[in-house]
Amino acid sequence: MANKVWTIVAKDLRSEFRSKESINAAVSFALVMLVIFNFAFDPTAEETHTLSGGLLWIIFVFAGTLVLNRSFARELPNDCLDALIAAPIPGFQLFLGKAIAGFILVLGVELISLPVFGIFYDIDLIAPFWRLFLVMALGTWALTVIGTTFSALTVNVRLREIMLPMLIYPVLMPALIAAITMSGSILDGGTFSGNNLIWLKLLSGFSVIYTALAVGLIDIVLVG
Amino acid sequence: MKEKAIYITGGLAGIILLLNIYNIFMVLPDEANQGAVYRILFFHVPPAITGMVLFFVAMVGGIGFLSFKDFWWDALSVAAVEVGVVMSVVNLVTGSIWGRNQWGIWWAWDARITSQFLCVLIYVGYLVIRPAFSDATQRATISAVLSIFAFADIPIVWFSIRWWRTQHPGPVLETGGLQHDMAMALLYNTIGFLLLGAALTLIRLRSEEVQREIESMRRLAHAL
Repeated sequence: MANKVWTIVAKDLRSEFRSKESINAAVSFALVMLVIFNFAFDPTAEETHTLSGGLLWIIFVFAGTLVLNRSFARELPNDCLDALIAAPIPGFQLFLGKAIAGFILVLGVELISLPVFGIFYDIDLIAPFWRLFLVMALGTWALTVIGTTFSALTVNVRLREIMLPMLIYPVLMPALIAAITMSGSILDGGTFSGNNLIWLKLLSGFSVIYTALAVGLIDIVLVG
Repeated sequence: MKEKAIYITGGLAGIILLLNIYNIFMVLPDEANQGAVYRILFFHVPPAITGMVLFFVAMVGGIGFLSFKDFWWDALSVAAVEVGVVMSVVNLVTGSIWGRNQWGIWWAWDARITSQFLCVLIYVGYLVIRPAFSDATQRATISAVLSIFAFADIPIVWFSIRWWRTQHPGPVLETGGLQHDMAMALLYNTIGFLLLGAALTLIRLRSEEVQREIESMRRLAHAL
């Protein structure tokens, strides 16, 4: 099983690194957003620190959607999607492979934009890095699971680029609230105790529930 | 049989609501603190309950379609979501009017309001994406999966927003226990709204079925 999943992951990453179509778009989009925020908020003000969790996740989620949008759409030319579905690999393994590849790509985009964010807004990222990284990994997995599932749902739809964010963001909201609240608190020197622990549980629970739902339903989505 | 069910539920809803509205406006006294405006309650809580029940029905319809592959279940699902969204919007609008009068603001990012609004957004997404599929089986399958995903989100959204808001208590106004007459009026209105929701759903279900019949006839005509 791990072998097949890994084949899909490697295939997706290889095709992305050869074309770099979504990575380039997502990274430059993240940078543009960082510049726009500079005009919306005073980057040196104390409030920016309390807003930073929210700013960070707006960038991550918007840039992440650009990457995940391509997850299944990439397979449309030359009928690759039909070939993938017909291949001797169960739907859920195909989904897991795509989700893991998406996760690596989105996390990569986040790790590139994070230091830029720290420099632009004068926020110390070195001390709380590992705590922040855990939140980023969990939040990104939630985003990837929802994003990949809905990317499969909308792959044959007209106006896919518009439909996908409209479906993803409301469903993702609990995970986003958790990630934003925790990131804000961690950048302010917080640890995983008290409220943050509740949010950590919520975020993990959300990821587990939706991973299970997606793995259970993906065959229906792909094959019908 | 179908028409009869529509007439019976619609007629019952009409009678109960008429009698009860007379009771609400003519018999019940004004509330001590709020005056006359508290009567919005009778048109605020029942649609919320009806909306939630209909969203549950939509999920049952989704599971039904996936299990039996019968389009009747899909029609039930979309009919319930449409009426459910209308009911939830009625709930939000009446709540907003009451809030303007009592709190002095149209909107508060309070737990209940926010989760209700997110529910509406999720199900509006469901309704918007349906016409984007031209193939009926694909549309029904994707809708069924979406209705399950959406309903799984409701409790998580509710808990997450409640926790999020406990840190910033909003101007929540809870009337401590309703007087008996008022509670009875609320109960009757809830029953009335549930019947109204059922009647509207049955009408929409009928129009969905007729539409599908027309569609199949058109296909037959094309084939000939």
